[in-house]
Amino acid sequence: MIGAGIIGTACARELALAGVRVTLVDRAGAAGATTAHGEGNVLVSDKGPGPELRLAQFSRRLWPEVAGDGTEWQAKGGIVVATTGEGARELTAFAAAQRAAGVRAEPLDPAGLASAEPYLTRDVTAAVHYPDDAQVQPAGAAQALLDAALGEGATLLPGCEVLGAEVSGGRLRAVRTTGGTLTADLFVDAAGPWAGALSRSLGAPIDVRPRRGEILVTTPLPPTVFHKVYDADYVGAVGGDAAELQASAVVESTPAGTVLLGSSRRAAGFDERLQPEILSVIAERALRLFPCLSGVPVMRAYGGFRPYVADHLPIIGPDPRLDGLWHATGHEGAGIGLAPGTARLLTDLITGRTPEVDAAPFRVDRPAVLRRGAA
Amino acid sequence: MTRHVVVIGAGPAGLGAATAAVRAGARVTLLDSADQAGGQYHRMPPDAYEARRPFRICESERCDWWPGAAVWALERRDSGPPRVHVVRGPDADGDGRRRCVLRADALVLAPGAHDRVLPFPGWELPGVVTAGAAQVLAKGERVAVGGRVLVAGTGPFLLPVAASLLDVGAHVLGVLEAGTAGALLRGWTRRPWELTGQAGKGAELAAYAARLARGRVPYRTGRGVVEARGDGRVEEVVTARLRGDWSVVPGSEQVLTVDALCVTHGFTPRLELPVAAGCALLDGFVAVDEDQATSVPGVYAAGEVTGIAGAPAARAEGVVAGWTAGGGTPGRLGATRRRRDEGRAFASRLAAAHPIGRRWAGWLRPDTIVCRCEETDYGTLRDAAASRLDARAVRLGTRAGLGPCQARICGPTLAELLDTNPHHRPIAWPIRLGELANPPAEPKEGT
Amino acid sequence: MPHKPPGVRITVDGTPVTGRPGQTIAAILIAAGRHSWRRGPSGSPRGVFCGIGVCFDCLVTVNGTRDVRACLRRADDGDAITTQPRTKGTP
Repeated sequence: MIGAGIIGTACARELALAGVRVTLVDRAGAAGATTAHGEGNVLVSDKGPGPELRLAQFSRRLWPEVAGDGTEWQAKGGIVVATTGEGARELTAFAAAQRAAGVRAEPLDPAGLASAEPYLTRDVTAAVHYPDDAQVQPAGAAQALLDAALGEGATLLPGCEVLGAEVSGGRLRAVRTTGGTLTADLFVDAAGPWAGALSRSLGAPIDVRPRRGEILVTTPLPPTVFHKVYDADYVGAVGGDAAELQASAVVESTPAGTVLLGSSRRAAGFDERLQPEILSVIAERALRLFPCLSGVPVMRAYGGFRPYVADHLPIIGPDPRLDGLWHATGHEGAGIGLAPGTARLLTDLITGRTPEVDAAPFRVDRPAVLRRGAA
Repeated sequence: MTRHVVVIGAGPAGLGAATAAVRAGARVTLLDSADQAGGQYHRMPPDAYEARRPFRICESERCDWWPGAAVWALERRDSGPPRVHVVRGPDADGDGRRRCVLRADALVLAPGAHDRVLPFPGWELPGVVTAGAAQVLAKGERVAVGGRVLVAGTGPFLLPVAASLLDVGAHVLGVLEAGTAGALLRGWTRRPWELTGQAGKGAELAAYAARLARGRVPYRTGRGVVEARGDGRVEEVVTARLRGDWSVVPGSEQVLTVDALCVTHGFTPRLELPVAAGCALLDGFVAVDEDQATSVPGVYAAGEVTGIAGAPAARAEGVVAGWTAGGGTPGRLGATRRRRDEGRAFASRLAAAHPIGRRWAGWLRPDTIVCRCEETDYGTLRDAAASRLDARAVRLGTRAGLGPCQARICGPTLAELLDTNPHHRPIAWPIRLGELANPPAEPKEGT
Repeated sequence: MPHKPPGVRITVDGTPVTGRPGQTIAAILIAAGRHSWRRGPSGSPRGVFCGIGVCFDCLVTVNGTRDVRACLRRADDGDAITTQPRTKGTP
């Protein structure tokens, strides 16, 4: 298992539980990169009917059983609001389609909204409550998954970077790493945004690119935000094209009392430099939802790289070009939420069990993944 | 075209930089988050500051002096020094300060340092303060932090703090230097010729020592505070004899009744801005060359961020940095450079005389708070450090260093316990959401 | 002393306190014998620690604006200071 983020640790746990001997390698320590730089979203609300929603629903059912101590699992629910007439029509239609696909999406009237979120702006044209949206502390969740995997006999090699492949007879036999050569029957790429570079170094490139998301953190406050609250534009920002900056308001509190404000998406490679104007846009959008936060200080900003695939679907399955190589990556900003479902699906495919969700939409052999001249 | 130099921090280093940059022909913008220039070193009550207007550079036509200007972010560009993002307003932490962005041809970073305090049981009790806090309250506010006060820790800063406390009427029970007499002696006298250029500094310390003697304040070496106790505030402290490695000599504990305890274990450079600018570090300080240039083109650093060397060396570093940043003829300022180098040599002697003993963590108990903001204790951190998560993931799990101070206080301790960079703070100063949402004033050009 | 300057009057959770012009809120409170006014996450009392705006232990609300460092903010006559509970109140 190459990569010990949320996907790698979840897959390691599931495979180990199925009796597979797993070695987990990470070029740094576990859960330090994309996993530690997100909000910990476990969302169904932002997904329209389709394969990703089915995986999200499956994953959401699995989360409570995999979440252990220290994960700060909170089934707090999400509230999506629209602030324009057109936004209200779109949100209402989107929620109706989700209900038809089995999502609990409950319209809120102004009184219901005011009692659910007393500090939210009253300037709202439509609001929908999603009771199944949840949040975890992602590094704690990865720790719980890792501990479970180690408890089932898996091993972790931190500080071990994969450098290249040893291939013979069309099969990946071993990977060369900074810690020596590792042989295995199967290799799983769970490298998140670095999956593009990793797959190139293994000679089987897939088109996964980094998109950066920024989050602002306020100082600790008395309870102010009670759900994951976001404006309906978030769906558009997450589903949009890669290049230009997209931002919409996502506001939620954490058990420590801080409020997290997201979220942006920007394609700029692995550039980590802070862009104050992006933070400014996030603040402005968040204040439209919660004007009362205007005087609250921001004490921290952090950004992380999300593994982006052009068709917005994760990549889960065997590589058709190189026997022995599998992929579990490309979840963009939904990796925390989709991790348990991804791990179960991957394990079912590897062990020959029948998966509970259709794996075909996530196969490696699709145009967005195997694009000619993949980045 | 006149060069525009932005100097961040108006302590001795920043004042030196601004003065020299103007002399070199540049136009300067000098910023400080405080409403007075002078930094912690020249701190004085506002009436005295107004009466004396002590820093001529702040009145210069070629220097824009911006008090109350907090740099909240540095924006790195593909070329040229970073843009400086500022919030400005009349009141510290006021609401509705204005955002501005400064573009500079060169940037001098002189943000200074603050006390490092090692954790010990009870250090979070009210009445336990840093030596710097006691000093600022005495010098800047004419207020004594307590009536019965003990000063403890390590380093020459203990002396002026105790003297200032006497000046505002506190009863100073004693000054405890954790370093042993042997270590002090070795550090102070091994290479006496290096002291020649620092006669002023030595005389200053001698004057403080005389002041303590007049006040009958005992100065003891090889002794430290290992615990503070009290109900709602510090009421007594436990002191103990320390070996050279700062392990406690069993049975040497004594209990002392106090109403305030002032502690310092040296200084921590304020590195968030140099780190945000992308400057390379060396041994925990900003790496600079002969001209105070950092690894980032157009960015210079001066003062305590390049090494703890005291005010005269900081000022000399500032002069060299400002002269170079302002486009002054290279290679000049021989006397200033010598003063700087002597100051640095003196500082490394002081550092050698006052090292932090490597067994200090022996004071800690599992429930001793390490991160004051989030109350993460030593036992939790030790367990987490043994897990194989990445350091950032450990911090998220324990919340150590994630509170309002953003690891400014516990960072050096976390750096020892976890492998983590305690100075990564892209938001260098809190900014209110309403201020952040407002677009900044147009960037000021360099002409 | 030839001239005694007028005092600065502030209130702390409604209680009047007087300081000298130009003093910080923290200095006025300490001079008045008050050493703690904020609480840590567990409820433990906190006051001034670093004195120079680094530790954020001395935060107060000033005239409705929260998270003001009492050690940096100079008091103005009439300032209404309130301490900041973590568990209730409005942002």
